[in-house]
Amino acid sequence: MTTSISKLTRLGSGAALLLLPLLAQAAWNELNLTKGVTPYSETVYDLHMTIMWVCVAIGIGVFGAIFYSILNFRKSKGAVAAQWHESTLVEFVWTAVPVIILVVMAVPATKALIMMEDVSNSAMTIKVTGYQWRWRYDYVNEGVGFYSTLAKTSDSARQLDSGIDPKSVENYLLEVDNELVVPVGQKIRFLTTAADVIHSWWVPALGWKRDAIPGYINESWALIKEPGVYRGQCTELCGKDHGFMPVVVRALPEAEYKAWLEKTKAEQAPATAMNDGTGVAVAASR
Amino acid sequence: MSEAAAHHDAHHGHPTGLTRWLTTTNHKDIGTMYLVFSLIMFFIGGAMAMVIRLELFQPGLQFVNPQFFNSMTTMHALVMIFGAVMPAWTGFANWMIPMMIGAPDMALPRLNNWSFWILPFAFTLLLATLFMPGGAPAGGWTMYPPLVLQTGAAFPFLIFAVHFMGASSIAGAINIVATVFNMRAPGMTLMKLPLFVWTWIITAFLLIASIPVLAGAVTMLLTDKFFGTSFFSAAGGGDPVMFQHIFWFFGHPEVYILILPAFGIASAIIPTFARKPLFGYSSMVYASASIAFLSFIVWAHHMFTVGMPLAGELFFMYATILIAVPTGVKVFNWIATMWQSSMTFETPMLFAIGFVVLFTIGGFSGLMLGITPIDFQYHDTYFVVAHFHYVLVTGAVYALMAGTYFWLPKWTGHMYDEKLGKLHFWMSTISVNVLFFPQHFLGLAGMPRRIPDYAVQFADWNMVSSIGGFVFGLSQLLFVAGIVKCVRGGQQATDKVWEGAHGLEWTLSSPPPYHSFSTPPAPATIEGGMR
Repeated sequence: MTTSISKLTRLGSGAALLLLPLLAQAAWNELNLTKGVTPYSETVYDLHMTIMWVCVAIGIGVFGAIFYSILNFRKSKGAVAAQWHESTLVEFVWTAVPVIILVVMAVPATKALIMMEDVSNSAMTIKVTGYQWRWRYDYVNEGVGFYSTLAKTSDSARQLDSGIDPKSVENYLLEVDNELVVPVGQKIRFLTTAADVIHSWWVPALGWKRDAIPGYINESWALIKEPGVYRGQCTELCGKDHGFMPVVVRALPEAEYKAWLEKTKAEQAPATAMNDGTGVAVAASR
Repeated sequence: MSEAAAHHDAHHGHPTGLTRWLTTTNHKDIGTMYLVFSLIMFFIGGAMAMVIRLELFQPGLQFVNPQFFNSMTTMHALVMIFGAVMPAWTGFANWMIPMMIGAPDMALPRLNNWSFWILPFAFTLLLATLFMPGGAPAGGWTMYPPLVLQTGAAFPFLIFAVHFMGASSIAGAINIVATVFNMRAPGMTLMKLPLFVWTWIITAFLLIASIPVLAGAVTMLLTDKFFGTSFFSAAGGGDPVMFQHIFWFFGHPEVYILILPAFGIASAIIPTFARKPLFGYSSMVYASASIAFLSFIVWAHHMFTVGMPLAGELFFMYATILIAVPTGVKVFNWIATMWQSSMTFETPMLFAIGFVVLFTIGGFSGLMLGITPIDFQYHDTYFVVAHFHYVLVTGAVYALMAGTYFWLPKWTGHMYDEKLGKLHFWMSTISVNVLFFPQHFLGLAGMPRRIPDYAVQFADWNMVSSIGGFVFGLSQLLFVAGIVKCVRGGQQATDKVWEGAHGLEWTLSSPPPYHSFSTPPAPATIEGGMR
């Protein structure tokens, strides 16, 4: 009996040890920026970590000096105040040193920004349009397009006093009816715009967000390296259901993407003429 | 009434009761009204924050609908910025500037009365929208079109409330400029001014330059909504992004309007309790002026994601991170002031040190946000929410509390309850970090701001943050208790109040006479502003 209990405990602790890195990984994801799956998101992650450590180092110096003073220069400990109160040299040093640190930080930041703004040589273009409160994706030159709305399961659970536990809903608030399907390994150009108010299209794993503004067409790009499902949300306040228009991107290997595209094209061919509002209007006026 | 008494009344000439407060032109009465008004607004805005934290306590919608949630975030910001922090600074300026520069009162006393009495009307307009069809404004305090144009009956009330608040601020700022440039006692040169006066002068110029820009922006919204113009409507040939440029041209100086006087307060309190002159007085003045100048050329860092040209993004990134330099100089100067000093830790000093430490944390996240390529990730997430609450709550509000405890004995003539003050400080400091520090994690992990409900992976830290929020909210009742107790009575305060106190306000009695300096102070009593 006792042996079986100790065996169980050992088994349990062994499992816990195995789980620890996983737990740590999960906890880390809840604490820090994602590394993402594009060259840009990795650059951004590295830049974020560098600057965070620079801040931590400066913070240790600054807070160290403050707490050293608090502990040592106390009247209760008999400290007597010195009366010096200026030094041009010291002022010069602590003006110049931060300037140097900033210049050093600005170099990789500038490089990353230039990388982000270069949308040339993209293999395909997807137009993203924000609506209150859903997204529309159009595959430019492919004749494929569809709306993407919050999944029904999440939508029922998110109603006031719905009685449904959000934890029981899979991917609560981060699931849609029609996912944006894209290929991996290709430079995709995204054009963002909006039909009513300003929205912002964000998938953290891609490394950026870009506002969708009526009257504007903004350009961005992403090259997804690994197949997978990447989730994000609207990040510009756009009215009452701002919190309920998620973004879901499914990245597929090239062949699977091609198959999906052909299938969707076939499905949409007759549907477009019926569903497209302008198409109907034109047909009727003729 | 005897002739002597009649003469006495005529000489002082101030009525009593409600009329006294309605008609007063006295800088201390008006200062008190500003401070009390601001405290009331702090609790109204705080109650809205409690609604927000309550709804975000766990995933799912339990208490309010999304539209009302958006009204709460919008109104919380407007009330806290325009109702709590800005009037509080004007209240401090009213009380302290005449006493600090050796003047009897403000230069423009009637304008002073008017600038205060606009505020209750402005906030009646604004808060009345909570009961209107369509609800209170819910498009964010930044009022971005086209969304803000979807506001219901509340829309014109919002615009006119903002106009009134702006008019009040401009009048207050003009008064402070006129007072400092005309009413200084003989011998009080500009480079002898206490830093609180310096930072307020710079703030006043920021107000005069930036508030009219806001007034222009909201007027264009008004005509877009009601008079058929299309300044900000793409369909009519206008430009929604232009509003953001105009708004943030006001909005960025505005954040320095909220924080510069806080620098002045820290620079007054730290030398007092360190019993050592402020290190680098003149560099403090120049750093404040540099920050003010830079604040006008960094506005677009609030809108890096709107899709600006590369050159624009680079310019605003460089200018933004440059602000870290003068801000760093200030922090280093405060630390140098504490170095080799002889400190005691009464409540004002605790809040001042808390301010320096926690404001610096907000400064670090500000630096990170200024790096454009990473801002594409941080923008409009809880990381931003954490950043600006560190600089505004543990920055501006902490400095306001530090200043309140610092000068309360001077204002009332009684010492406040030190135990209560310290309890207030420790409760606030622990809870405010539980409240805002986890929001950095939420933002980095991908939680957008201004959402009433969230994906379940954000549940743990939201619960922690909400608990911190409730404790912080309750802790502020200790602040009110401390003030009420001090106003009602307590140990008689000396004129100097603090052992290490320097400056003209400490040469007056506690409480000071109705007209601060009826005759100018002796030039010998004017020390340098480093004290």
